[in-house]
Amino acid sequence: MPDIVVFDYGSGNVRSAQRALETTGAHVTITSDFDAALAADGLFVPGVGAFGACAQQLRSVRGDQIIERRLAGGRPVMGICVGMQVFFDSGTEHGTLVPGINQWPGQVVELKADVLPHMGWNTVTAAQKSAMFQGISDERFYFVHSFAVTQWELDVSGAFTPPLVTWSHYGQDFVAAVENGPLWATQFHPEKSGDAGLQLLANWVAYVESVK
Amino acid sequence: MSLAVRVIPCLDVDNGRVVKGVNFVNLRDAGDPVELALAYGQAGADELVYLDITASSGNRETTYDMVRRTADQLFIPLTVGGGVRAVDDVDRLLRAGADKVGINTAGLSNPDLITQAARKFGNQCIVLSVDVRRADTESGFEATTHGGRQSSGRDALEWITEAVERGAGEVLLNSMDADGTKNGYDLDLIHVVRERVGVPVIASGGAGKLEDFAPALSAGADAVLAASVFHFGELTIRDVKSELKRSGFTVRD
Repeated sequence: MPDIVVFDYGSGNVRSAQRALETTGAHVTITSDFDAALAADGLFVPGVGAFGACAQQLRSVRGDQIIERRLAGGRPVMGICVGMQVFFDSGTEHGTLVPGINQWPGQVVELKADVLPHMGWNTVTAAQKSAMFQGISDERFYFVHSFAVTQWELDVSGAFTPPLVTWSHYGQDFVAAVENGPLWATQFHPEKSGDAGLQLLANWVAYVESVK
Repeated sequence: MSLAVRVIPCLDVDNGRVVKGVNFVNLRDAGDPVELALAYGQAGADELVYLDITASSGNRETTYDMVRRTADQLFIPLTVGGGVRAVDDVDRLLRAGADKVGINTAGLSNPDLITQAARKFGNQCIVLSVDVRRADTESGFEATTHGGRQSSGRDALEWITEAVERGAGEVLLNSMDADGTKNGYDLDLIHVVRERVGVPVIASGGAGKLEDFAPALSAGADAVLAASVFHFGELTIRDVKSELKRSGFTVRD
């Protein structure tokens, strides 16, 4: 089974991510060590709190470089919640734009809804032929966030495989998950989404194993 | 496609043991919060709340250990409240595996704790836990401290508004008047809080029968919490969800 690093670059509950990934049989380490994060078969990037602080903390341990190098080599990276949001080029915070690590074009904006954060179990419309959602249907996932990407902007053509985008709805449509080559991400928390979440993580670990 | 309302069991824990008798069948150790938590997870709970009522602050390690053991096996959101006095307490609970941390009495005496914790960890993991009773204040409700035994001298609505402005991402709204009565949630209280704040509200206190849950959601709550009716097996989570579904609410099956 593959070696997974849960990237530990800030505060919050990284333990649940580790334990949930371990249920798949993977060997999981929590660390922010540059070499370990680069060498792992799969890099899992959690993230909580504000977009700007999260992106800044990620850069402070050179997480942006690690992710860049891994993706250049086709090595799997998966971002969760704000750990997904920071993959986009910018986020809005108190009305100003803050830079992300720019793997995907697009802006993270505050959802338009009566009650925020969007907190609880919601459904998703999984992308066709998704590997991430294989074996999972009609399940709910646990979300907790106020900001999201409401417009998918990456347009690929020619020889590139188009990214698979999964949507959800709260007040408006927003991106719930993306599979784009070695870069996967979810806005929801698979490590907190019960059996459906564990199945999704098992799907990712199987993908990591397949490209090891 | 829409967000499901949440049904949340709450466990009162003292020194790592569940207090208030628990009458669950098929438990090896009914006093072990971890075993009970896993049973609730299997039973369809959408989240779980631990309320740590351990009097001595010297026994926090027991609490962290309990949170760790729970988070190792339970993959639904876990909120832990009780005895949280400093930003460092929040950090340690999150690191042990809590997803959200409830701040109650310490927030009233030191509101800056909410600001600091929300800034450091994000609004989404800071829950304002507030014990409210009817009183002669502006809104007709006051915030109490020490599990409802003392008046804080503050109007409940004013305090909840301030705490949300300071960064609390959710309100666990416990009615001390309804708590333990099993006569239903305090719907007036839920309604006035819903009108005032734009964060999720968890209704707590008073659930006694199946028909009690839907009115709390109609009054504006996003989630319903109960303790004893679940612990004693009077109602199951699935019963409650079926009833809510019949009433037109979206639930997670």
